[in-house]
Amino acid sequence: MANAHAHAHAAVHHEPKRYTGLMDWLTTVDHKKIGILYLIAGGFFFLIGGLEAILIRTQLMYPDQKIFVGDTFNQLTTMHGTTMIFFAAMPLLFAFMNAVVPLQIGARDVAFPFVNALGFWLFFAGGVLMNTSWFLGGAPDAGWTAYAPLSSIIDPDGKFHGVDFYVLGLQIAGIGTLIGGINFLVTIINMRAPGMTFMRMPLFTWTVFVTSILITFAFPAITVALIELMFDRLFHGAFFEASRGGNNVLWEHLFWIFGHPEVYILIMPAFGIISEVVSTFSKKRLFGYSSMVFATVLIGFLSFMVWVHHMFTTGIGAVGNSIFAIATMAIAVPTGVKIFNWLFTLWGGNIRFTVANLFATAFIPTFVMGGVTGVMLAVPAADFQYHDTYFVVAHFHYVIVGGLILSVFAGLYYWWPKMFGRMLSEGLGKVHFWLFFIGFHLTFFPQHFLGLMGLPRRYFTYMPGFGLETGNFISTIGAFLQGLGMIVFLINIIVTARKQKDAGNDPWDGFTLEWTIPSPAPEYNFKQTPLVRGLDAFWKEKMAGNKEMTPAEPIGPIHMPSPSILPFVMSLGLFISGYGFIYHHYIVSGAGLVITIISMFLRSLFDDHGWHIEPEELEEHKGGKA
Amino acid sequence: MAHTAVHQASRGQTAAHAHAAEHHDQEGLKILGFWIFLVTDCLLFGTLFAAYVVLRTHTDGGPNGKELFEVPGFVAETFILLTSSFTSGLAALAMNQGKRNQLLGWLAVTALLGACFVGFEVSEFAKMAGEGATISRSAFLSAFFTLVGTHGLHVSLGLVWMTAIMLQLRRRGITAVTRRKVFVISLYWHFLDAVWIFLFTVVYLMGVM
Repeated sequence: MANAHAHAHAAVHHEPKRYTGLMDWLTTVDHKKIGILYLIAGGFFFLIGGLEAILIRTQLMYPDQKIFVGDTFNQLTTMHGTTMIFFAAMPLLFAFMNAVVPLQIGARDVAFPFVNALGFWLFFAGGVLMNTSWFLGGAPDAGWTAYAPLSSIIDPDGKFHGVDFYVLGLQIAGIGTLIGGINFLVTIINMRAPGMTFMRMPLFTWTVFVTSILITFAFPAITVALIELMFDRLFHGAFFEASRGGNNVLWEHLFWIFGHPEVYILIMPAFGIISEVVSTFSKKRLFGYSSMVFATVLIGFLSFMVWVHHMFTTGIGAVGNSIFAIATMAIAVPTGVKIFNWLFTLWGGNIRFTVANLFATAFIPTFVMGGVTGVMLAVPAADFQYHDTYFVVAHFHYVIVGGLILSVFAGLYYWWPKMFGRMLSEGLGKVHFWLFFIGFHLTFFPQHFLGLMGLPRRYFTYMPGFGLETGNFISTIGAFLQGLGMIVFLINIIVTARKQKDAGNDPWDGFTLEWTIPSPAPEYNFKQTPLVRGLDAFWKEKMAGNKEMTPAEPIGPIHMPSPSILPFVMSLGLFISGYGFIYHHYIVSGAGLVITIISMFLRSLFDDHGWHIEPEELEEHKGGKA
Repeated sequence: MAHTAVHQASRGQTAAHAHAAEHHDQEGLKILGFWIFLVTDCLLFGTLFAAYVVLRTHTDGGPNGKELFEVPGFVAETFILLTSSFTSGLAALAMNQGKRNQLLGWLAVTALLGACFVGFEVSEFAKMAGEGATISRSAFLSAFFTLVGTHGLHVSLGLVWMTAIMLQLRRRGITAVTRRKVFVISLYWHFLDAVWIFLFTVVYLMGVM
């Protein structure tokens, strides 16, 4: 009776708008669904970027090949780099941030669910916009760093708009990332469960916190750089045009003031994932938690002090180069602290080599190798030799693929059950791991030596007879193996998606709050907000002999935000306006912007009161689960 | 408070109470979020300033600040914008006293002053462009138009936003939500004022020196 009553008025007064199918995904403001959207979109762009990499390696398999030469090769390398950094690595990390952080801090959602959805759709609009360039006269071809004046060259016939796609695609996606960063900052500062002090936050949450700060401070620089490049290209500005007083080194500074923190934005959450996985599968709490937090914050701080190490050969001078060299080498110290903490966590632990842990333990030596070449590159005198060779390519692939991507895979195998309620196959996972891991080292290890032998990066071919054949051939074979590994992973996903939901609340015997709730997490995450009584809150309760967390509140109605199509429409407006700018049809740009501004106006005018899930419904959900 | 009342009727005393508390929290979160947004905006202007300072002497033989900037014009702009910051402060004062009409009045004055400022700036830009000092003339002018124009665009967007808030105030009066919105726009407005002080000094005063 009471139940029926509650339902009747739920229908009358709360009117929760519930969509199904495609509309559900277009309008969702649920951080868990947005996490899945980030994963799908980021995964899709990762496959495109990977395909571009395989095409690059195919061209370089033998000397003097003519499969992808000249502009086509430049477009491939540019799009590979840009896609991988901005449209694959970033969203894959945002996928984890969304899927995991609110659960780890015991929150029911992020601070601004609407903004969260907007962030996703802006990123997606930017990514799609940039990738359509392949079909519209040619992709950007000025390198992922788009150095001026190469990037400010305009096709006199007006047919080739490559770099315009780069500028507008990154600008739109960048706004999405920026508001995402703000959102996670506010979420982590304000929405932690009672008892979860800063020094009780799981390390993944800590790294996301620092990453969000870096996003907040770094992205405005690229926004301005892109505005200036856009004005130079579209309105004949003179920022980077030396003949009219411009200064092209300005672009390099602005790009790297953003670009260097960006690589730390990427690697920080990776550190967090490794910390979680390594400690869970050693059945030990993380060694040196406070030093880990300290190292994370310190790396975040130092990451803003080192951008000139990308520009040692620009001619800034010995003093400037030396200062930035020392700052760069200093980063090795907190990073070393992290490496040793992971090793000491493993030391004497009850180690389980699940696929997640295979990726995590493979990360450690691989990332150290990338770090060592990093310190080598930080020596300016030596950097003059390494600069723009395959040595640099090898270095940053060791830290980004060997660091970031290995940890993304570790995180995927680890949190997949929490995101989808199904366990990925460990057997296929091991095949995936070995193919990818061996393929990775085969691809990039020889590139160190190719670089030292003088092979410049970004060249579309090399001549026979200089000892470059073997290294390049091995490298290409490695790329194919990585591609095979990815195919096995896709098969794993399909096989897993077709089976019954089989994941329990806590499949790995975890330490943190996300493992205290069902897999996948219900819409409202926590029926009752948990009370946190120490670091590794769930482990603490397990040690005290409790099966679940002590609740911090009685069961009550849970307030939920309403779904909305506006984030999608706002992004669509900017997407349309982007094409208007690229093709100089300013009416189209104006129309697109008007769509966005009207959506913003509507958002402001009509308040979202949200809706409530009543306690009776919560019980029902629970019943349904069992 | 109309919507709290609906909930009160539907779910009884305690639930409505909890709901009001939730709402209060949500408004606080949004204000913090906006502060962080202002940090990013501050960095945006910082970067634009850096570019301007690098390029301000790079006139490529074209007009420089001394030839282009007209003292009465930018002094008038300064006074108008500073006054609008003061009137937006008066609006916040009226809001805290619960005087809706006074609040609306001061917001209208603020918006009007803002519109005057934008008008002055547009005519300044048009005059410069008419004299051949366009964005493509030199790196100095590219940096000038981008920096000052970004500020002007911020003010213009603020006008649209302020109008939206005034509509809501007329319809709903002073509630927890509209109170937060007025607070946030006045933060934004004061921030733009502070940026203008730097523009006034670095661009205009140093330009005519």
